[in-house]
Amino acid sequence: MRGWLRQDGRKGIRNAVAVAYLVECAHHVAREVAWPLREQDVHLIGFPGCYPNDYAQRMMERLCTHPNIGAVLLVSLGCESFDRYGLAAAIRASGRPVETIVIQKTGGTRRSIEQGRAWVAAQHVALAAAATVPMAVSELVVGTVCGGSDGTSGLTGNPAAGRAFDLLVAEGAACIFEETGELIGCEHIMAERAITPELGAALIAAVAKAARVYATLGYGSFAAGNAEGGLSTIEEKSLGAYAKSGRSPISGLLKPGDQPPGGGLYLLDIVPDGEVRWGFPNINDNAEIVEMIACGAHCVLFVTGRGSVVGSAISPVLKICANPATYRAMAEDMDVNAGRILEGEADLDAVGREIHALVLALGGGWRSASEAMGHQEFVLTYKAFAPAGPGCLPNSARRP
Amino acid sequence: MASSDPDGRLLLLSPEDDVLVARCPLPAGTVVALGGGLESVLAAALPAGHKIARHAVAEGARVLKYGAPIGRATRAIAAGEPVHTHNLRSDWTPTHTLDEARDEARARDEAGARDEAGAREQATRGGP
Repeated sequence: MRGWLRQDGRKGIRNAVAVAYLVECAHHVAREVAWPLREQDVHLIGFPGCYPNDYAQRMMERLCTHPNIGAVLLVSLGCESFDRYGLAAAIRASGRPVETIVIQKTGGTRRSIEQGRAWVAAQHVALAAAATVPMAVSELVVGTVCGGSDGTSGLTGNPAAGRAFDLLVAEGAACIFEETGELIGCEHIMAERAITPELGAALIAAVAKAARVYATLGYGSFAAGNAEGGLSTIEEKSLGAYAKSGRSPISGLLKPGDQPPGGGLYLLDIVPDGEVRWGFPNINDNAEIVEMIACGAHCVLFVTGRGSVVGSAISPVLKICANPATYRAMAEDMDVNAGRILEGEADLDAVGREIHALVLALGGGWRSASEAMGHQEFVLTYKAFAPAGPGCLPNSARRP
Repeated sequence: MASSDPDGRLLLLSPEDDVLVARCPLPAGTVVALGGGLESVLAAALPAGHKIARHAVAEGARVLKYGAPIGRATRAIAAGEPVHTHNLRSDWTPTHTLDEARDEARARDEAGARDEAGAREQATRGGP
C-alpha cells in the first residue's frame, strides 16, 4: 500500500479535493463546481441546515481533515449560521489548502462556480503531483456496515466481513463496526468481549439507549425490504449484523468523529444522547458510513443481500454481496460474491481472505465498483452527542 | 456449514435452534427433512434465507436462531411451517412491512378496474 502523509501523521489512501457546501442554499453552486472533475477525486459533501449544530460542525471538521482529503473548498451562501471561519481555520491548521467562496460576496451563482472551478482545478493538479509514502496495514482504519440486508446477510457476507476484520485487527489495523440499533439482543454476548468490565457496561448501555430511542420513534432499524428478504424481527437482523464484528476483543466505544486511539476493534455509537429529538438516528445507510469516515475510516466494507448500490464521498466503499441471486442480477455493483458460500463454492475463511486482500488493494490504488462508477453519496443531519465516557477507551491513556 | 444439517438445502445454524434456513430457493411441494426422521412438504415456495420450523413451536414460546432468541411465536407453529412476520413478533420494536400497503393498493387498483369495466359496459349499453 501507498499513502499520502498528512501533518498529523495519518496517511490517506486517496488524495481528493472536498467541495463542501455549508447550507443547502449553497448546494447547487458547490455541485456545479465539483461536477467537471467528479470522476477525478473531487468529492461533494455538505451540511444542509441553516441553524448551528455542534455535531455537524465537528463532523465537517473531521471530514475536511480526513486523511483521504488533500484540499478543501468551502462554499457558503453568506447568511447561514454555520461557522465557516472556525471550519476554515481547522482545515488550515491541519496543513491543507483551503479556500472559502461566499456566494453573496462573489457576485452570485455563475461567478462563484467559475472561481470555484478554477481553484479546484489548480488544487487537483497539485494533488495529482504529490509524492506518496509506503503505508502499513497497522495505519489503516476500516469500517463495516450492512444495508439492504436479507436472510442471507447473516449467513455469508456479515460473518465473512467479520473474518476479514479478524485478519486486519491481528495486523494492527483499527476496525470499526456500528449500528447499536442493530445489536439489540446481542448486547450481553458483545459485552463479554470488551477488554474491561467498564467498557462492557458502556457497550450494554449504548444498546439500551438505542432500544429506548427506536421504541420512542416507533420503528426499529428495520426496513420493509428486510422482511421481504426473510428477516422477521429486529433481533434476528441484529444477530446477523453482529457477525460483522468478527471475534476480536472489543477495545473501545467511539462517538461519531472520535478517532480510534490505536489498532483494535471498536464499536461506533451513532445513536444521539439525551432526549429524543431531530428524528431517526440513521436516516439511511450513508448517514452511518459518513460517521465512520468521520472517525477516520479509509474505506468501508458494506454487506448487502437485497442489493445496495451506494458508495460514499471521501472513502471508497467495498461491496460484499451476501445473496448469490442478487450478485448475478447486479454483478457490476458488487466487489465480492459472498453468496458462493451458500452454493458450497467457498467457505467463510476464503471469502474473508478475499475481502482482506481487496482492502489492501484499495490501499494500492485499486478502485472499488461503486467508486469506479462515481458513487459519492453523502448525508449529514442534525444530531446531539455527549462525549464518550471515561471507561469507553481503556487504551487511550497509554498513548503518548 | 454445520454437518448436522438435516437436509442439504437447509441450514441448522445452532443445535438448539427452532428454525432451519433455506440456502437456496425451494419450490412449493418440495419434501424436506427436518431431522429426527421428520419430513415435511412445503405448502408454498420458500425463498433463500427464509425459515421454517424444525419442530412444533407453542404459541408465546421464544424462537431461537443462531442459538439466540429472535422473537416469540404469535400462534402455534407446526413442524415444517414457514416462520416469518405472520407468526413471529419482536420482543423489542414491531416489524414494519409494506405488505398491507401493497394489498390495499392492489385492492384499490382492482376496485378501479371494476368501476372502469362497469362504466364501459354502461357506455356500450348506451347509458349516460
